[in-house]
Amino acid sequence: MDLAYLILQVVVFPGLLFTAVVGLITSWIDRKVTARVQMRVGPPFLQPFYDVLKLMIKETCVPAGASRGLFLSAPLFGMAGAALASMLIWRAFLPLGQTFSGDIIVILYLLTIPAVSVILGSFASRNPLASLGGSREMKLLLAYELPFVLAMLVPVIQTHSIRLSSLLAAEPAVYAPSGIIALVVAILCMQAKLTLVPFDAPEAETELAGGAYIEYSGPPLAMFKLTRAMMLFTMPMFLIAVFCGGIVFSEGWLAVVCGILKYVGLVVVIVLIRNTAPRIRIDHAVKFFWGPVTVFVLVAVILAFMGW
Amino acid sequence: MSLAVNALTKSLWVFHLAGSPCNNCDIEILDTLTPKYDLERFGILLVGSVRHADLILLSGAFNKKAVIRAKRVYDQAPKPIVVVAIGGCACTGGIFRDGYNFDPPIGKYIPINAYLPGCPPKPEAMILAIVKLIEKLKAG
Repeated sequence: MDLAYLILQVVVFPGLLFTAVVGLITSWIDRKVTARVQMRVGPPFLQPFYDVLKLMIKETCVPAGASRGLFLSAPLFGMAGAALASMLIWRAFLPLGQTFSGDIIVILYLLTIPAVSVILGSFASRNPLASLGGSREMKLLLAYELPFVLAMLVPVIQTHSIRLSSLLAAEPAVYAPSGIIALVVAILCMQAKLTLVPFDAPEAETELAGGAYIEYSGPPLAMFKLTRAMMLFTMPMFLIAVFCGGIVFSEGWLAVVCGILKYVGLVVVIVLIRNTAPRIRIDHAVKFFWGPVTVFVLVAVILAFMGW
Repeated sequence: MSLAVNALTKSLWVFHLAGSPCNNCDIEILDTLTPKYDLERFGILLVGSVRHADLILLSGAFNKKAVIRAKRVYDQAPKPIVVVAIGGCACTGGIFRDGYNFDPPIGKYIPINAYLPGCPPKPEAMILAIVKLIEKLKAG
């Protein structure tokens, strides 16, 4: 494949630039729906773009004694991981035939990189509150990763393939009982992966004052905000790709609109969970994911093996 | 520079620094951030860390010990930063101005962009102050 074409795919469409813009629009949907739930008017449409632009012109503070290189490069790793994951998902949606066997596993790995970058950045900043946030993020990562991977196993068992495009071509996983259970579990894990309420203990505004991000300012903070927005776009996209048949571009505009509606619906579900639940303690979150959620998803895996 | 000012005034993130206040101004500040006034319409958000802040709100009569800490917090904030003194105590020392532990007003230590007197100022007065401040910043 032409190298320039590949670079274009990574940087512009469907990689970094596209994901960032749609991610920021999604974060506006998040803030607007939150505002409506609280009977407010909410921010204007361009607000997330203004926020990123403003952070770009601010000064970058590096705390005394921090590991400078890691502190400043951690946001870049996270952004790269989110952009690459989104690119791989969209390459399966677009009728380009550019998928490879095992791309689901690659995406699963890439989707953990933003969380790892938050952990690295918070430990590099030499702030006690940040390292507390980082350790919580690490525990949360260990907690949700097991049920998340098990949930992804269900459609893989149903279709006997670890290629995203064959999952998209097959009957969507949610048509089977095991797929519905796996989707519910995956939505819970997605909430934790995005560190949104009720699983926002790593950045707890009230007790950790921003937690893992506390020492970040200016452009690196903008990159973290952008990464969060990109993950808010990538994660629901991944779930509808794996469970709900994704966005189909080869069958006319109605199928595309249907795909976008699936995505927006999933985003609204995330926002509603985030607005109606209180924050739970980190040990409760770990118990929750390793206990009932894992048992629940194991039932789904067994059902999938039995062909349900 | 105009782009910078435009972006800054469209997305002011507020950090609230209380220097031994009586809490009345703090309660009014929190009132201003409630859904009734909905400052997120203008991009104003409350943040927990001064590293994320664009606007520092000072409340209370900063005494000799608090002044040092306030100066340190101001130095930790990323520039450009805007500072507003909320309430009579932060502006002049208020009824504590003759106290044995009271230094010159906080404005002697930190450059302050706007003073908002009142005991405490109403949320409407705070919004008016922010609007005037944004106009002043846009005018240069």
